Amino acid sequence: MDEIRYWNKERETMDRDARRALQLELLRQTVGSALKTQFYRRRLEKAGIHSLDDVRSLDDLKRVPFTTKDDLRENYPRGLLAADPTEVVRIHTSSGTTGTPTVIYHTQEDLNSWTELVARSIVATGAGPGDVFQNMMTYGMFTGGLGLHYGAERVGLTVIPVGGGNTKRQIQLMKDFRTTVLHVTPSYCLHVHTKLDEAGVTRGELALRKAYMGAEPHSENTRLKVEELYGIDVYNSYGLSEMNGPGVAFECVYKNGMHAWEDAYVLEIIDPATGENLGDEQEGEVVFTTLQRKATPLLRYRTRDLASVFGGECPCGRTCRRLSRITGRSDDMLIVGGVNVFPSQIEEVVMRIPEVGTNYQIRLTKEGSLDRLTVQVEIYSKMFSGNVRQLDALRNRIKEELKASIIINPAVELHEPGSLPVYEGKAKRVVDERPKL
Amino acid sequence: MKLNQISVFLEDKKGRLFEVCSVLGEGGINIRALTIAESRGYGVARMVVDKPDAAMDVLKGKGFVAEKTEIVAVQVADRPGGLASILKILYEKDVNVEYMYGFVEKFSDKALMVFRFENPDEGLAVLSENGVKVLGTKDIVNL
Repeated sequence: MDEIRYWNKERETMDRDARRALQLELLRQTVGSALKTQFYRRRLEKAGIHSLDDVRSLDDLKRVPFTTKDDLRENYPRGLLAADPTEVVRIHTSSGTTGTPTVIYHTQEDLNSWTELVARSIVATGAGPGDVFQNMMTYGMFTGGLGLHYGAERVGLTVIPVGGGNTKRQIQLMKDFRTTVLHVTPSYCLHVHTKLDEAGVTRGELALRKAYMGAEPHSENTRLKVEELYGIDVYNSYGLSEMNGPGVAFECVYKNGMHAWEDAYVLEIIDPATGENLGDEQEGEVVFTTLQRKATPLLRYRTRDLASVFGGECPCGRTCRRLSRITGRSDDMLIVGGVNVFPSQIEEVVMRIPEVGTNYQIRLTKEGSLDRLTVQVEIYSKMFSGNVRQLDALRNRIKEELKASIIINPAVELHEPGSLPVYEGKAKRVVDERPKL
Repeated sequence: MKLNQISVFLEDKKGRLFEVCSVLGEGGINIRALTIAESRGYGVARMVVDKPDAAMDVLKGKGFVAEKTEIVAVQVADRPGGLASILKILYEKDVNVEYMYGFVEKFSDKALMVFRFENPDEGLAVLSENGVKVLGTKDIVNL
């Protein structure tokens, strides 16, 4: 095992009371920022918080209502911007379920804080200068790519910003530059392994020693499988664009749960049905409050991710509580090849095409280790002209419009009216046949 | 004259063509010509039948997606170069054929072909002007 090193020893190992005092101080600043937005001013005043002086303990946070993804959508594009627009240096948007995206703004200070969190995450896994870091996550608006990128550079790793896809090139880069650390989704990591033989590359020609797996929930078995196939250590990584991106919680060399950086986020677990706070080791929905973000402070943001939190000493000496693996979602969001997709996005596209009837189904399957999303639609009989070319054009049009909306490339199947299952009451639109990762 | 072909949408499912043929059989409808255009995951069965309107009724009654399409059926001399001589006429007159297929039965020494033209009226006119025998509804019924 790598020796235990810290990036920010004071913050990572501070005792519980000191951290709570720091959290309160940062929470007061965050509330101060949030009060600059009309959205939060209204909410906070209703909760009796008119200035940051009304926040006297961490428990005062519980008076604040939850922030949801719908709130972000409704306040798009500038409703939650708490900083002067001239201070904003980066914008990350994500596609919304009904076509309205959400946006997170970052000041230079915000980006710096994010980079610091990623840097300490990387160091916690035992990586450092001398490591060659191949970032196989998509760059651009998706925060997985850029987030790890800057953190790895700050620590001093050699970064290969290759992004996702193009497996042949990934393998070539791994070999030519003696890559030691990967950042990758579990399904893509498994896929790449199946292509090593084809590329004529043996494990002995690769210098791999670690991989950070994120963007898709996965099980301990998947970790073990990847570790065994490649002969490397695999660390679980957690983040979401609303909380910057990766670097919210990360495993250390002991790989026993993800250290949640509680000096940057207040972490709560709630009962998704009632909103009641749950104790440690009880599974529920993860809720975060940002403590180090000026441009888009978010108070009690409901992630919809289900997990539990546990305290206790970690042999690495870090004192933050740890987050379990994500076990599911409290909404219907699907994660397909690391990309978040809401069934409503698909419905929105399918239902605006007149040649499509009223019934459709979304099927998720595995092709090798990669996720496959198939949208099955029933054609509308009155639009049928007997022409195959017209049907092909229709299928391509559905495909293109879906791709523009959900980013990933779906397969589209045309079916006869009445041939897809019909449900009384709530339709079961999603059939997920993927084996659990 | 132009005839009506029946086009039926078929999803890629076992026995679907069998069901189409059974429904037509039960309705006392005779299939004279049949071809299947296939694409990924689905196809379209194209048929010339003796009673197209009745065929549409029984198919729609059973929930099939069916449509009538105008085609022209012609007699072709059943000898080497027979079809080529007709295609030559169409080529010279710039008539576009979308697709074509053959009949199951044939008249004496003539073969029967179905033509779907981009412009059915134009195709019909060119064939008639050049002395190609075009089949009418009666010919199909009496086959």
